[in-house]
Amino acid sequence: MSGMVEKRGLGTWLTHGGLIFGIAVICFPIWIAFVASTVTQDDLVRPPMPLLPGPHLLDNYLEALLTGGAAPVWQMLFNSLVMALGITIGKIIISLLSAYAIVYFKFRFRMLFFWLIFMTLMLPVEVRIVPTYEVVANLGLLNSYTGLILPLIASATATFLFRQLFMTIPDELTEAARVDGAGPIRFFIDILLPMSRTNIAALFVILFIYGWNQYLWPLLITTDPSMNTVVMGIKQMLPTGDQTVEWPVIMATAMLAMLPPVLVVLGMQKLFVKGLVESEK
Amino acid sequence: MEKRVVFDNRWLPYLLVAPQLLVTFVFFFWPAGQAIYQSAFIPDPFGLKTQFVGLGNFEYLFGNRYYRESFLTTAVFSVLVTVSAMSFALWLAVLADRVIKGSSAYRTLLIWPYAVAPAIAGVLWLFMFNPFTGIIAWMLAQLGYTWNHTLDGGQAMALVVAASAWKQISYNFLFFLAGLQAIPKSVIEAAAIDGASFWRRFWTIVFPLLSPTTFFLLVVNIIYAFFDTFGVIHTITKGGPEQSTTILVYKVFSDGFVGQDLGSSAAQSVILLGLVGVLTVVQFRFIERRVHY
Repeated sequence: MSGMVEKRGLGTWLTHGGLIFGIAVICFPIWIAFVASTVTQDDLVRPPMPLLPGPHLLDNYLEALLTGGAAPVWQMLFNSLVMALGITIGKIIISLLSAYAIVYFKFRFRMLFFWLIFMTLMLPVEVRIVPTYEVVANLGLLNSYTGLILPLIASATATFLFRQLFMTIPDELTEAARVDGAGPIRFFIDILLPMSRTNIAALFVILFIYGWNQYLWPLLITTDPSMNTVVMGIKQMLPTGDQTVEWPVIMATAMLAMLPPVLVVLGMQKLFVKGLVESEK
Repeated sequence: MEKRVVFDNRWLPYLLVAPQLLVTFVFFFWPAGQAIYQSAFIPDPFGLKTQFVGLGNFEYLFGNRYYRESFLTTAVFSVLVTVSAMSFALWLAVLADRVIKGSSAYRTLLIWPYAVAPAIAGVLWLFMFNPFTGIIAWMLAQLGYTWNHTLDGGQAMALVVAASAWKQISYNFLFFLAGLQAIPKSVIEAAAIDGASFWRRFWTIVFPLLSPTTFFLLVVNIIYAFFDTFGVIHTITKGGPEQSTTILVYKVFSDGFVGQDLGSSAAQSVILLGLVGVLTVVQFRFIERRVHY
């Protein structure tokens, strides 16, 4: 990129060497987890563990998926998927609607509503964890998908993002639609939604990762193992005194828990970067 | 910031904001109000009724050695996570910015840890540093260094910092790389013609021009270390040994759910609400400046 500035030769090698070293450091924990998921417990309990994969990949992954810990991992993965999709789709829908109302309508309490939504930025769930748990318990939502999803779908960030986007859409478009006799709902569905397509997709990638990686919330409200998500379920598998689950199975579960969000990031890299940069503005 | 063309409808806008507002009220404002209310009471030992104590819970908290220590622990933890995650990421971004061929391949290999959940990052690092079987604990033993983070508070802190920083490097890397690529190459080339060395160019031109990105990441990393690292702490150390890794967010949880001390936990929630408020205001003031920059 800075062709005329940099010297060729040694500098270039040092640059690549440094990057490869950095990548090796960052990838090392994953490599170790992968290797551990392909060997037997005996290979792991007598250090040093092997550094190259063994022949037990299929056994360990099948054992994790079908037996797992308190619940089979396929069930945890399914719960994670439902929660992640529920949070993502829920956040996008209610944020699109509220941003549309705030930008395209004049009504009493408009600014008050806007600030109320904005204030939730300051209230991460970790901070108000005990009273939020009590509210959800009082509503009878423990051990349910609704309880996993609903408390996490309010989104100041997404509302902001869509508001910003709608502000940039030229008024002439709205005018033309109105002249053509389109009402507010027609305008929203036929014009606004198609124009927001890439932003929705970028947000989808970010929110899916957010939803999939939730830990504390499912840990508290799913006491029934069949409702556990994989990110919190793996904690229950860790050895505590009377060990039941073996390390290769735990590591196979860790690999399975990482796979969906990592694939989303790698497969939709452009959208991911766009979403990340925009959701921080 | 107002639209010239708006729709006229009496009830539709209320219907549109209703879902967002409803969720916000039930799961944000109601619990936050409950936290403020409960922070003024202590339940009696049998949990039958509560006694009003005003600011008693706060007085108790600040008189409590463990709570004051938790502030210090949080500060040490956040500074270590922020500094290590940002400096390693900046170093990688500077290198990646110099690469002409294959920079997108490097980027791909560096960004994906962002997708790994903090709790999973905790499990991976715990496995490598398991005092009896972990590969790195074993390597350290070969070098004559005994690793046992379940006994040694300093080692426990180092481990949760490493796991938390590892996860955040990708994020910082992406923003630093974007910041570096936005700096006009002509400025740097002019300095090079004047004979400035690479490091001189970096410290006198590149780093100052990068400062908006650096400040922004500083705030984001501190917020991350404060609130998003719960999973790392809970899987690796559970706040121990002897509370040496009990950061504030972990203490709210352990006092409320494990210790069942609801008044104190509520008071801690209120203090944290204040802290998030301050951080959010800082972030916004700063971002406003960034937009005008």
